[in-house]
Amino acid sequence: MVRMIDINAIDKPNWCPGCGDFGILLALKGAIVELNIEPENIAIISGIGCSGKVPHWLRTYGLHGIHGRPLPVAAATRLSNHELTVFAVGGDGDGYGIGMCHFIHAMRRNIDMTYIVHNNMIYGLTTGQTSPTSEKGMRTKSTPSGVIEVPVNPIALAISSGATFIARSFAGDVKHLQKTIVDAVKHRGFSLIDVFQPCVSFNHVNTYDWYKQRIYDLQAAGHNTGDKMAAFVKSQEWGEKIPIGVFYEVLSPTYEDELPQIKEMPLVKQAIDNVDISKLMDDFV
Amino acid sequence: MEKNKLTWKIGGKAGEGVMATGIIFAQSGSRGGLHVYDINEYPSLIKGGHNTLQVRVEDREIFSQVKGVNVLIALNKETILMHRDELTSGGGIIYDSAEVLDRKEIREDIRLYPVPFNNIIKEIGAETIMKNNVALGASIALIDYDFDIVAGVIRDTFKRKGDRIINDNTMAAKAGYDYLKKNFPDDFNYKLEKIGTGGRMMLTGNDAICMGAIKAGCKFYSAYPMTPASSILHFMAAQERRFNIVVKHTEDEISAINMAIGAGFAGVRAMCGTSGGGFCLMSEGYGLAGMIEVPVVIIMAMRPGPSTGMPTWSEQGDLKFVLNVSQGDFPRPVLIPGDNEECFYMTQEAFNIAEKYQTPVIVLTDKNLAESHKTTEKFDQRRITIDRGVYATASELAASDEKTFFKRYKYTENGVSPRTIPGMKKGIYTATSDEHDEEGNITEDTGNRTKMMEKRMRKLDSLAKELKQPEMVGPRDAAVTIIATGSTKGPIKEAMMMLEKDGVTVNYLQILYLSPFPSEKVASVMDSARKTVVVENNFTGQLADIIREKTGKSVGRRILKYDGRPFYPEEIHREIMEVAHG
Repeated sequence: MVRMIDINAIDKPNWCPGCGDFGILLALKGAIVELNIEPENIAIISGIGCSGKVPHWLRTYGLHGIHGRPLPVAAATRLSNHELTVFAVGGDGDGYGIGMCHFIHAMRRNIDMTYIVHNNMIYGLTTGQTSPTSEKGMRTKSTPSGVIEVPVNPIALAISSGATFIARSFAGDVKHLQKTIVDAVKHRGFSLIDVFQPCVSFNHVNTYDWYKQRIYDLQAAGHNTGDKMAAFVKSQEWGEKIPIGVFYEVLSPTYEDELPQIKEMPLVKQAIDNVDISKLMDDFV
Repeated sequence: MEKNKLTWKIGGKAGEGVMATGIIFAQSGSRGGLHVYDINEYPSLIKGGHNTLQVRVEDREIFSQVKGVNVLIALNKETILMHRDELTSGGGIIYDSAEVLDRKEIREDIRLYPVPFNNIIKEIGAETIMKNNVALGASIALIDYDFDIVAGVIRDTFKRKGDRIINDNTMAAKAGYDYLKKNFPDDFNYKLEKIGTGGRMMLTGNDAICMGAIKAGCKFYSAYPMTPASSILHFMAAQERRFNIVVKHTEDEISAINMAIGAGFAGVRAMCGTSGGGFCLMSEGYGLAGMIEVPVVIIMAMRPGPSTGMPTWSEQGDLKFVLNVSQGDFPRPVLIPGDNEECFYMTQEAFNIAEKYQTPVIVLTDKNLAESHKTTEKFDQRRITIDRGVYATASELAASDEKTFFKRYKYTENGVSPRTIPGMKKGIYTATSDEHDEEGNITEDTGNRTKMMEKRMRKLDSLAKELKQPEMVGPRDAAVTIIATGSTKGPIKEAMMMLEKDGVTVNYLQILYLSPFPSEKVASVMDSARKTVVVENNFTGQLADIIREKTGKSVGRRILKYDGRPFYPEEIHREIMEVAHG
């Protein structure tokens, strides 16, 4: 059995006290223990930002790469060794800003992995500029007169881009988040969890209280997760009431399912020391 | 009469099958035991525009194109007008007799062979697109080559399209052959004759790279289409199920390199490929691979820049770019093959270097090498060794503390730290793009930074000791010493043969590794040479600058060409003659 102590790193996170990232880390570790996955069989791939440090704070394999690019790294890690449980982790700037292109294409591919987005609606590590999910009108260092654009809607985008498990959770509700991560990992295919993550240093609008006053659980409200149109309707809810939970889930073949090359064994286990290209050379004579 | 010393050229609109017909001709030469080298020219569009394929065929090994066309197949009048001056005296043009051509437009010493392409096609009931084959057949008759060989190549080329297509194409070629034999029984100056049964491959540099990668055990290839690297993607994709390789056409080059990094991190041999513009997008990922010490092979096929430049033409303008791209210092091995053999063996060498030294490795080519076919002896698979580098041993893993991370970045004498990959118990670590300590923890400590920087850079020194030094070709005490790199190798070898006939002694040093640069060898060659020149397909003489940077010595003359076309041996010959007698 995997215990919490097995995946604890010695170093403690250096996030700001009260940061929503602590709740996400706790839920992620709880989910790994609950799922009982050996830490050496987990790869957590992150981008840049406060969220990017997640792999350093727990003992699993990790790759803390460059800004906006965790999804392609994670995708190929999984395709190279599909015996691993693969997580991609990033922030709203990382995934919905600089990495938006990869976000959409990763969902189309339906590679079996779980993408956790720490969505704090602000740029934290660069000290408080607007993010793709900042609300219209929000005043930040880079938008002193207020954001002019409308925010990205990651849930609606995911529904239209082919993600097969789409959920939202809240860093202030570790129990809900842990259950969502467990369900996402169990789901065969690409899972998105957009996590409301209060930034206590730079976002003074979307605070723990702000979320607590607004969020409600879709599952408690009896939402049908198999209904794509209903999911889309729910994705548009914003304001006084904001839904969290699973919006949409569907089973469809994963990218890995479509690759006969890895049917027998993962790429990484295939011998390469005696590849014979004689017939290939004959083709060119 | 010239026998087995022929340059044949076909030109027409893009989309008319110019390339396919040219390749059939080239392959036919190869199967007759002859040596072939071809060069294509085409604009960056799909239909219309002017395309050519020029095929040189001889009975000795040939290394590049040469000036002077002996047979020109003109699928339209534009081809005649554009290329009439390239024809040698006694050369011939095969063209559609429906074209109105004023004899005065063509030099008197050039023979004309009008053939009614469309009428012949109608008579045999084939499709209009097959008129190329009528022209091909006519050219085979003109040079008196063995038609059965051509028919065999047509059969193999169209075998997936079924018997009807094979028959129609063969019939079209035969009808063209018969028409020319019947209507122009005169003796043409240039003949081609079968001298063997072939057995050699007809390959492009990209084909050779793919074979090298597959033989090396490449299991993952990611790329975004970009000329002249696209045919690597096509080749690898076509072979992915045969050799169990995952090939991914990604959303962009950023994704391509990051995927290759993910695959390298997971422990498989991974490669990505692109050209200059795409490599700009890869530059951040390139640095990531250097920082986290993940093996990746990057094929960088140059084309003329800046920016979109001339997408379908050739240049060596990115030598300095690849040596300096991405922020900070990290080991950047750059291998630069000059022919198909080097493309094959150096690609597999790149995988060994990448894994042995845990760093990204660039294989640098250009459009000229990437897309030109050359008859090539089959590669010797026994020469390939697979070196996966140093992995943590079972005892090292067992001794690893379960509470901390594995020392994936351990300081070592040669800079290489034993590797672990996901799935290995007690090998757990996080690779990070931040500066990190031996366990991969982020740290900005001064002492660690200094040691870690030195550890990474030591790998380049270790590699430099292992690489073989470039060898001088030609007489030791030559009048002129050529230093060059990459695809100029072919025309330089041809030029050297011409110079030898003219009594000018020349030797040639080919740089195979731009980094680590063979500074000592180059410096000693510069010291002992009487006159030095570089031959480069770029504006500034980037190799000469690199030589100056690495050795402090200046090359005497920079022979440069930057019009998007590769060197012809005649051009090098002319310039060297000037240097020798200057």
